[in-house]
Parts: sequence; structure tokens; C-alpha cells
Amino acid sequence: MHRSEKVWLTLSFGMIMLFMLATGYQSFALEMGPPSNMETIDPQKVDQTAPFDNPGVKQIGDKEYEVVMTLQLFSFNPGKLEFPAGSTVHFTLTSKDVVHGFQVANTNLNAMIMPGHIQKITQKFDEPGEYLVLCNEYCGAGHQMMATTITVK
Amino acid sequence: MATVPHSLNDKSVTRSFKEKTVKMLGVNPQDAKFTKTYMFVAFAALLLGGLLGLLQGLNRAGFMELPAQLYYQVLTAHGVLLVVVFSGFFTIGYFYAAMSHTLGGLIPKVRKLAWTGFALKIAGFVLAVIPILMNQASVMYTMYPPMAASPVYYIGMALIVVGIWMCAFGCFVQVANWRKQNPGKHVPILSFFATGAFVLMFFGSLPVAIEVLVLILPWSLGWVDTINVMLSRTLFWAFGHTYVNIWYLTATSAWYVVVPKLIGGRRWNDTLTRVVVIALVIMNITGGFHHQIIDPAITEPIKFMHVFMSLAIGFPSLMTAYALFAVFERTTRRQGGKGLLGWYKKMPWGDVRFLAPMIAMIGFIPAGAGGIVQSTNQLDQVVHNTLWITGHFHLTLGISVALTFFGISYWLIPHVSKRVLTPQMNKFGVVQTILWTVGMVIMAGAMHTVGLFGSPRRTAFTTYFDNATALSWNPYMTLIGIGAILLVVAVAMQVYAAFNLMFFAPKGEEEFPVAEAEVGDVTPYWTERWGVWVVLLIIVVAMAYVVPVTDMIVNAPPGSPPFKTW
Repeated sequence: MHRSEKVWLTLSFGMIMLFMLATGYQSFALEMGPPSNMETIDPQKVDQTAPFDNPGVKQIGDKEYEVVMTLQLFSFNPGKLEFPAGSTVHFTLTSKDVVHGFQVANTNLNAMIMPGHIQKITQKFDEPGEYLVLCNEYCGAGHQMMATTITVK
Repeated sequence: MATVPHSLNDKSVTRSFKEKTVKMLGVNPQDAKFTKTYMFVAFAALLLGGLLGLLQGLNRAGFMELPAQLYYQVLTAHGVLLVVVFSGFFTIGYFYAAMSHTLGGLIPKVRKLAWTGFALKIAGFVLAVIPILMNQASVMYTMYPPMAASPVYYIGMALIVVGIWMCAFGCFVQVANWRKQNPGKHVPILSFFATGAFVLMFFGSLPVAIEVLVLILPWSLGWVDTINVMLSRTLFWAFGHTYVNIWYLTATSAWYVVVPKLIGGRRWNDTLTRVVVIALVIMNITGGFHHQIIDPAITEPIKFMHVFMSLAIGFPSLMTAYALFAVFERTTRRQGGKGLLGWYKKMPWGDVRFLAPMIAMIGFIPAGAGGIVQSTNQLDQVVHNTLWITGHFHLTLGISVALTFFGISYWLIPHVSKRVLTPQMNKFGVVQTILWTVGMVIMAGAMHTVGLFGSPRRTAFTTYFDNATALSWNPYMTLIGIGAILLVVAVAMQVYAAFNLMFFAPKGEEEFPVAEAEVGDVTPYWTERWGVWVVLLIIVVAMAYVVPVTDMIVNAPPGSPPFKTW
């Protein structure tokens, strides 16, 4: 093996390890890991199961909100949300039918919403404006209409 | 024919007896027919898939209205035709030609197995396409339950898998037979690549076979009421990611073995080449999990382990990057190339057989880097299911794999058709390659950018009720449409070239370019221990899957009934 190849492969190995360290640090020290909630639910009884029997927005602290939301063909319930700037919002989500995606453009909110599983994700909204909420997993003929907004004032 | 410089060391190449016979008798006509048939199907699929791609591009650019339902039907067919049929048939046709060429012709039993595989795959494909056309299967090739297509679609998919197994067994029988007759010898390098690819095809399709036969079919036929959504999806990705990596491994074989011959050089270190193949085979299947980084029901430590397992595949690719550019520099310096970068001028840029795979290799630099980005937790969360991902696989598959396959087709099709690549056709190919590259760069570039802004993949034209954010994506959508138009012209040219070289080009002998190893390059025999590699593959898969899959089965929620949502 050439010296230059040894250098190259050492750098390659080091780069991958650095990537891993950075990812691990962010995930476990800074708690920036991807949404990975483990709770389950009967997908055919979402409407009768707490907390999804009462979807909506609840204020739980100063500028802190909890949103319980169901995704179904082809809508978000509740939709058209509003929060004051600087709010931290905790989303609790599940699907009533097929697999959907919960994505809010221009934020890091992005999670797969699976029937039978409860997903959780949190975001702090600092910048005022209207945020586009959309489904990013193909879910059927009306998939391109499945959207709502979050307004931050 | 563009002039191809010959190696200065050609004198020292000792040609084996077998190679001389192959040269005298030419390609075995029965094996040639097999590869020709596969190429015919592959390029017919490219034409159809390309035309459907154009419709999607025009729709997303807002140039053409397409009812949403039809858009998803077209999208499903586009994916099946290009990811499954074009790549799959090309890979198998190419590797069977390589085995016939380097192992002294296929043995009759293998030919029979491979033709059985062909029949099963065609039957499966017809069965899968009928429900797509009848709007009974707009579930994409990923077929995530609980969206449920007609059972016929899944039966078709299962037949395709069994057909692939037949071709894999054919390869194993052929290679085992050769090894028995050549004890202690290394399997020729292209057949070594073929062995690796077929081992992956076999093991990579086991999870999807379980998904379809055990979970989906009984459920879509109504024998059971509900399905485990998470488990199905996980089994799918163990297959899906492995397969795109097989197409990449196929392209890599041409980079290591064919391209050095075309520039008049010799291969990279034989041992390291084989180590790259072995590493890609052992570590590949577990890469599938990174498609599920933002799924529920998988714990963060498991996801972290999978980030590691996905990134590990990057290492052999980085070895490849070094090896290929080292071969280019070494070869052109021997031919008088000077300076730090001056050597690149010595390469046969006007030879389409070289140009296309060369662009493919260069394209793999950004494509691989993008892959590393999106396999990592937080970065995936930014781009998951956006058009970034679509842009990524149009770089990896559309540039790195497809351009390599196109480059191969300019010599492989005339080789098996006993025709020649004329200088005119070579020029035509150069133009086609450039057009394809420009189209793909525009389209994939726009997709990556607008994906970062949040525009979702697999979505028909929409402005989300004239939402300002969605409207700001429109300029990029226009670029996607323009890229798609250039691409469809390049597709038409490529398909014309393939069929011309198959049926109408002047008669003659076209070379099957296989570069020799460097003089004195000795490989230890341990590289041939496929039994060990398969055991290691199984251990790695077990490490990756046993814990999360057990969790998905034992702690599963009540299942989901089927839905038809289109």
C-alpha cells in the first residue's frame, strides 16, 4: 500500500469517526436526536383513546404549548395553529389510517407518523411568520392537498 | 472509432489460452442471445420509464396538467420501470456476459436456470404492471402498508424476486463449477464482482420475500384482517437499500476493470479490489435502516448504531475513490502525462466508452457526500422525504449507475451482437452523454436545493392553496421540468443507440475490455472464502436487526386494515 493511500484511508476513517462523534454528541448530550417515540395505540380506536379523543392545543406553561394532533386522509386535526413568537411547542401525533409525514417548512420539524404508533417532536418558534405544514409521505390521491399552516405572531 | 492508446507494457501481458480461444471463436452465441435479450428489455424499460419521467417533470414544473391520480400512477410505473426493471435487467445481462467471457462460456445447466429466471421475471413484471395500469396499485414500488394494492401486484413482485433467485443460483453454480476445474486459482475479477452482486441479490431479497409472502399477501387477499405496519416497512428497506447498492456495485466493477483497459492501463491492486467487494457485500444490508431515522418505534441508541452501520459503507467507497484516480494518474504518467494535474489531458475523453463512466465516477463524489449527509440523524431530519432525496438518487442512480451502464452498452451490445461501434456512433454517444449529464445536473441540482427548503417528494403539482412558501419553490420546479426535457431527449438517443448497435450497426467484432492486473500483483487466496464472507454478512445483519425487529414484533400495536386511498 502506498504512503499516500495510507494517509487517505486514515483521513477517511477519521472523518467517519468525527461524523459519528458529532452525531452522538448532538443526539445524547444535546438531546437533538431524531423523533423516536416508543408508545403505541390501536390505530382503529384513535378517536376513543386519550389523548387523541380530544385533539387540540393546550397551554402548559409560559410560552409553552402542547398540541395533540391526528393525521388522516388528507388533513391535520387541529389545523391553522397560532402561537406567540418565542413559543416552545410539543407535538404528540398519530395517524388514523395510512402512513403520513409531518413536516413544517423552514423548521427542523420532520417526522414519520405511523398508524399504531405515537410520535413526539418539539420545536421552538422564534421567527414570526406563516409556516407551511405539509404531509411528505405519499398517502393517496389527495396527498398534494394535505397541508395547513402555523402562524407565529 | 476514437483512438484508444495502448499500454506501453502490453508486451509483458501473457494472454491465457482461454482468452485466445474466446478471441478466435468470439462470444458464445447462446450466451450472447441471453445478454441481448436482457439488454433489449432493459432499454425498452428505459424508454418507457423515461417518457413517464418527462410527464412528471412537466407536471411538477406546472407546464402540463395531469390529474393527481394519474400522476401517482405514472410515478409508480416510473419507479418500477427504472429502479427495478432497467437496472435489474441490465445488471444481470452484463454480469452473465462477464461470466461467459471470463469463465469460458456458461454451462448448459446455468443457461437453463437463467432463462427460467427471465421467464419468471417477465411474468412477474406483467402481473405487476396490469394492476398499475388499471389504477389498482398506485402504492409506489415501496408499497408501504396499510396502503393496499391489488394482490396481483404483490404476486408479480414475488415472482420477480424468485426470478432473481434463479439468476443468482445460476451464478453460484457457474462459479463453483469453474473453481472445481481450476483449483487454487482466483475467480477472474469480473466474475468475482458478479459473485458479490448475486450474493447480495439473494440475501437482500429475503426480507422483501418475507414481507410480501408472510405479511402482505395474506392481508391483501383478506385472509388476515390487519398488518404490522412497522415490521413491513423495515423488511422493505432491508431489501430496497441493498438493491440500489447492488446497481452501484455493478457500476463499480466497470470502474475497476473496464475503464483502466480503455485508457490503456492496468487494474488497481487486485487484493484491495477484492477487499472492496467483500466489504460492500458484508456491510450492505444493514444500511437500509437509515431510511427510518425519523420513524417512531425505534430507540435512539439503535438508530445511532445504524448511522454507524450506514456510514461504514462509505469506507470502501472512499477506498474506491483513491484507487480509481490513482490508476488514471499512473496510466497517463506512463504515457507521458506531466504536472500535478496535466495527466488528465492524456485520457481518451472522446471515447464514449470512457467518457460516460468517467462522468459517472466524478458524479459519485457529490452523490456519495450527499448520501453521508442524509444517513446522519439531524441532517436526515432536515431533508427526509423532501425533493433532496429524489435529487440524491437521481445523482447516484441517474449519473453514477445509469451513465456507467450507458457507457457499457456502447461496447457490450455490439460485442454480443457481433457488430461494431462506428466512429459516428461514438460521436453520437458523446453528445448523448453530455446531454444526459447537463439534464441530470440541472434537475438533480434543483431538487437538492428546493428539497432543503422543504418541498416534498412524491407529490403532484401543488401550491398548497397558494401558500407563499410553496410559491417560492416554483422557479426550481421550472428547472426540474427543463432538466426532464433534456433527459428525455438523451433517453431517446440512448435507446436508439442501443437498438442500432443491436440490430443495424456494421458487422464485426467489438472487444470486451478487461484490464489485466499489474505485473507481479499476487493476491492471497483468502479473498476467495465466500463461506466466511456470507457468515460475516449474516452476523452483521443479526447484530443490526435482531433487537429492533424483535421489539417491533413483541411490542407491536394492534395492526392496520388495508386502505385504498387513490
